[in-house]
Amino acid sequence: MLLRKLTEACGAPGQEGEVRALIRSEIEGYVDEIRTDALGNLIAVKNPSAPGPKVMLAAHMDEVALMILGIEKNGLLRFRPIGGIDPRVLVAKTVLVGEKKVPGVIGSKPIHLQRPEERQRPLSIDELAIDIGAKSQEEAEKVVNLGDCAYFATKFEEFGQDKIKAKALDDRVGCALLIELLKQNYDIPVYGVFTVQEEVGLRGAGVAAYQIQPDVAIVLEGTTASDVPGSDPHKHATSVGKGPAITIMDRTVITHPPLVRRLIELAEEHNIPYQIRRTNTGGTDAGQIQLTAGGTKAAVIAVPCRYIHSAASVMSKKDYEAAFRLTSVYLQDLQEREGN
Amino acid sequence: MDIKQLFQDIASNSGVSGYEDQIADQIQEACPWVDEFRRDTLGNLIMLKKGKAQSDQKVPRVMLAAHMDEIGLIITKVEKEGFLRFSTIGGFDQRVLLGQEVTVHGKETYRGVIGAKPPHVQSPDEQRQAVKLEDLFIDIGFDSAEEVEGKVAVGDLATINQTSWNLQGSFMAGKAFDDRAGVAAMLECLKALDDLNFSAEVYAVATVQEEVGLRGAITSTYGIVPDVGIAIDVGFGDQPGLQEFQTIKLGGGPAIGLGPHVHPTLHKRMVEVAKEWKIPYSLDPSPYPGGTDAYAIQVTQAGIPTILLSIPLRYMHTPIETLDYNDVKLTGRLMAFFIAGLDNEFVEGLKCF
Repeated sequence: MLLRKLTEACGAPGQEGEVRALIRSEIEGYVDEIRTDALGNLIAVKNPSAPGPKVMLAAHMDEVALMILGIEKNGLLRFRPIGGIDPRVLVAKTVLVGEKKVPGVIGSKPIHLQRPEERQRPLSIDELAIDIGAKSQEEAEKVVNLGDCAYFATKFEEFGQDKIKAKALDDRVGCALLIELLKQNYDIPVYGVFTVQEEVGLRGAGVAAYQIQPDVAIVLEGTTASDVPGSDPHKHATSVGKGPAITIMDRTVITHPPLVRRLIELAEEHNIPYQIRRTNTGGTDAGQIQLTAGGTKAAVIAVPCRYIHSAASVMSKKDYEAAFRLTSVYLQDLQEREGN
Repeated sequence: MDIKQLFQDIASNSGVSGYEDQIADQIQEACPWVDEFRRDTLGNLIMLKKGKAQSDQKVPRVMLAAHMDEIGLIITKVEKEGFLRFSTIGGFDQRVLLGQEVTVHGKETYRGVIGAKPPHVQSPDEQRQAVKLEDLFIDIGFDSAEEVEGKVAVGDLATINQTSWNLQGSFMAGKAFDDRAGVAAMLECLKALDDLNFSAEVYAVATVQEEVGLRGAITSTYGIVPDVGIAIDVGFGDQPGLQEFQTIKLGGGPAIGLGPHVHPTLHKRMVEVAKEWKIPYSLDPSPYPGGTDAYAIQVTQAGIPTILLSIPLRYMHTPIETLDYNDVKLTGRLMAFFIAGLDNEFVEGLKCF
């Protein structure tokens, strides 16, 4: 399954090579051009010279990870998150380090030797280290380099009622949608952009949009769902299983109102479940794309994911299918209204 | 049978205190080195290996004990949105649970993820604290209590879903190494005894319910009444956050116990055996008499001379306990040579202080 391959591949911001190679192999033959740019964005084009509005679809390839900053004499690896990770989710997890995917664990002190009050405060990032079982610095240096990144060692699995559990659903779910969308046929120019470095400041999307200068851009994302016990319903942001989320605004973008209205109309018209993203926090590539050149119309269609930026996030296959249909229907609509 | 592989298999399998049957079955199926198997009322797996003595001769009776139960979770409530609330069986640090994958043992087994309210909907005060056990829940991917009905019920168990895996060299990480590593050391000992000349009757017991109060060791020792008891458990390995004096070194061989729970003559003999056979070891003094099966064995009936061997283990009671498998092998080897050296005169002398 496409999403299995994508989520089990590893790609920290700036180290998206494995994901890029995988995506390239998936879309070859389905697009007219494939190229990369100076930052490593993978740009796939269908119908580059066709008339009609130029549409950019974007999904980011990178995921949050841990960068190795130090190797201690005892062979333990010290790290910092690259992208936003709550250190509380790191404790007692398994990780894979670097391109060689060296197995490691993030340990903590045994409960027996803790004072009860210790268990009330979170472990700080300085108290955590990756243990790969190396007995010394020299032994660790044989398999790990400074600057390597460590990734959650989570296996993709389907479970429950139409649910999927995996790491990096943010934003491999967007990558999977974009790959599948590129396998369909269109009459208008479609630019599928797999961006780099979203998690460290939306860096790839801006330069990609500058090269393309699209008339309209849709960002495909995995977004936070807080529909869990302890979280008030008005703080749920999105709910798993209730359809793709359409963003009105977040920290980086106010999405183009007529574009959002059209997406909602189309969802209603085609009986596609959808929800409005009910928070203005977070940011996406749409933030950079809308500011490109003289400004670009941008919207975000996102699959709700619980426990995002942790070892195991959870999404619904139904939301994925609905996100695919909504984007697909929008592209058809754009073609019919504005194509030749 | 490769004992290391068996160890990985039993560590990856589920056997929370009181529910160890599957583990006992797995061990029994894979262990060709003993003469008899039996289970007692609580579920202890008792394996008897007879020495090479005449049948009418009185021989020393040795009991080895390593517990096969693991800490786990128990479902306490099904929320109307289908999430499961839980409590712990045995000692878990609440901070290691967030984001773990679990298996819920309901009508069938169900995969789950331990979740909590995400950071951005937590108050600044909540963000500065550890997520409390009562605020955690298991997400098994069903959308309502109705969907969960008939699948998972209050009282069902959950275990951490963590397959053991190999790190660099002979290091390994996984769950339930406490104390299935002890079980593996016991099997290494039984296997090593096949190549040694010994007269003792060896009762190797995979005990139950250690994590909730040494309960299996209490009943199994009562049924055996050995001349010598050896408990094999895990000890705190060298790791960040602990001082050196609190720990024993991974790769340094078994740690030989010292303290009120250890018979002084057994300690002395164990050290001699290690030296004689050039088995690396460390010393593990402890002022606390409780905490392991050694205590339960020691106070059985009229009292049993007992010793504790500890296998160094990092990150105890977490899903990624880490050890050096060489230490497991060395622990088995040390016990085998110790057993081979036992005779009636020595065990009778244990009562003379």
